[in-house]
Amino acid sequence: MGDVTASADAARWAAETAARHSYGKLVAFLSRRTRDVAAAQDALSAAFEAALQQWPVQGVPASPEAWLMAVAKRQAIDAQRRTATSDAATDDLLLLTPASTEDREDADRAIPDDRLALLFACAHPAIERSVRAPLMLQTVLGLDAGSIASAFLVPPTTMGQRLSRAKAKIKQAGIPFKLPEREDLPERLDTVLEAIYAAFTQGWSDPAGLDPRHHNLSDEGIWLGQLVAALLPNEPEALGMLALMLHAHARRAARRDASGAYVPLGQQDPRLWDTTLIDAAERLLHQASALRVIGRFQLEAAVQSAHVIRRFTGHTDWPAVAQLYGALAELTGSPVVEINRAVAVAECEGAARGLEILDSVADDPRVANYQPYWAARAHLLQRSGAREAADAAYAQAIGLELDPAVRRYLQQQRNGL
Amino acid sequence: MKYMLMIYASEAAENAMPPAEMGAIMQAYGAYTDALVKAGALQAGERLRPVTDATSVRVRNGKSEVLNGPYADTQEQLGGYYIIDVPDLDAALVWAARCPSSSYGTIEVRPIWEM
Repeated sequence: MGDVTASADAARWAAETAARHSYGKLVAFLSRRTRDVAAAQDALSAAFEAALQQWPVQGVPASPEAWLMAVAKRQAIDAQRRTATSDAATDDLLLLTPASTEDREDADRAIPDDRLALLFACAHPAIERSVRAPLMLQTVLGLDAGSIASAFLVPPTTMGQRLSRAKAKIKQAGIPFKLPEREDLPERLDTVLEAIYAAFTQGWSDPAGLDPRHHNLSDEGIWLGQLVAALLPNEPEALGMLALMLHAHARRAARRDASGAYVPLGQQDPRLWDTTLIDAAERLLHQASALRVIGRFQLEAAVQSAHVIRRFTGHTDWPAVAQLYGALAELTGSPVVEINRAVAVAECEGAARGLEILDSVADDPRVANYQPYWAARAHLLQRSGAREAADAAYAQAIGLELDPAVRRYLQQQRNGL
Repeated sequence: MKYMLMIYASEAAENAMPPAEMGAIMQAYGAYTDALVKAGALQAGERLRPVTDATSVRVRNGKSEVLNGPYADTQEQLGGYYIIDVPDLDAALVWAARCPSSSYGTIEVRPIWEM
């Protein structure tokens, strides 16, 4: 009895490991030719079910991945036989028939990794922007629609509908599963990276991990980032984005104190930073800069580097931070970057210079309801002794803040005026 | 896969164009159509008469209503179309971007519902 339980556990463990490592690879491979992501996912979940039933009895196969794919393929063919009503479906069926030469070759070699092609399909500009990151999380990592929905603060039925609409569009509109042409690669890769980073920051908004809905999205974002960096090791921005995420993740433990209160970066205890992650981030950034094409993510990761210098020197390299934000501002023209630059410049040249930069973006409609603008403004006004104006700016920042811990921090700052 | 490239542009803006500019656009359309033919992508394509010549029909309660004008009253009008056969959406989007009207109008790319 004990043995059966043990082998059931082992089989479950093997299936879960295979799910973690092979899910996206198998979905990508199965849907590459038919472009039918939904059908591939259905076939694969049937294969995982079969694995959970059969492996405990028959033992774990030598190659769980190949076993799962064989079962999923049969499943996909059966499903298509049941629904095959048109010529198009018959064509798809032929593509998947195991008798084709390509499939006989598959049995002899490793399953090709089409996950990158799948990521590019999920991030295609023809797919609605807000669903790109959720679609990647679902197709490449196999997260269920319900947990994605709660992490993105959307009702599960809405998220389910968006995901199936996106999968239908991939199929019906003929969105390709391939690496873009060389001239399109930078732009399309940006879209992939942006979606992955969106998944990461979605989890980041709950640093204490108190909200179970967000608990693993940062990890999942890093996992996707590692996948892209591994598959495209010569794309500096892919490396830069991974470095940025690792730097942010390294400081996770320092972002809240023992009582759960928000600790701003400048007051964090560097001993709480994860040095392994920081070192990995620094190596990636170094690797990226050797490729000699600068970009947004590399610059943002470099800003984080300038911050973590503090663990050796005791202080932040503010001139470097200001300079890097200057380069970012030139590259992106973003008012958000100007806000960060204003704070860094104020550290080097005084609050008045920082306020001048803030004034230069004050008319931009994008900053009117942007909490960091008002928080930065309040902070610099406070430093320059303009109490009343600082009080008003703090009030505005507090009113715009979502995170209760950050809100409490801002309230303390305001009360200390 | 087959796609329809629907060419939307403002008829008013086109009418206001100097003849030389219009001539250049028509010449570009000739070259574009030739390129589609040479690529083996062209299935069909026509230019449409202006919407002032359009008539819309619908049947309501068994009675047919005939209306003067196009279906949608918008800034841009459907002025023509191409049906092309290319491997995937990316290829269709590249052809759409090359269409001369894309520089001042909009090209909607729709997959054809295969029967």
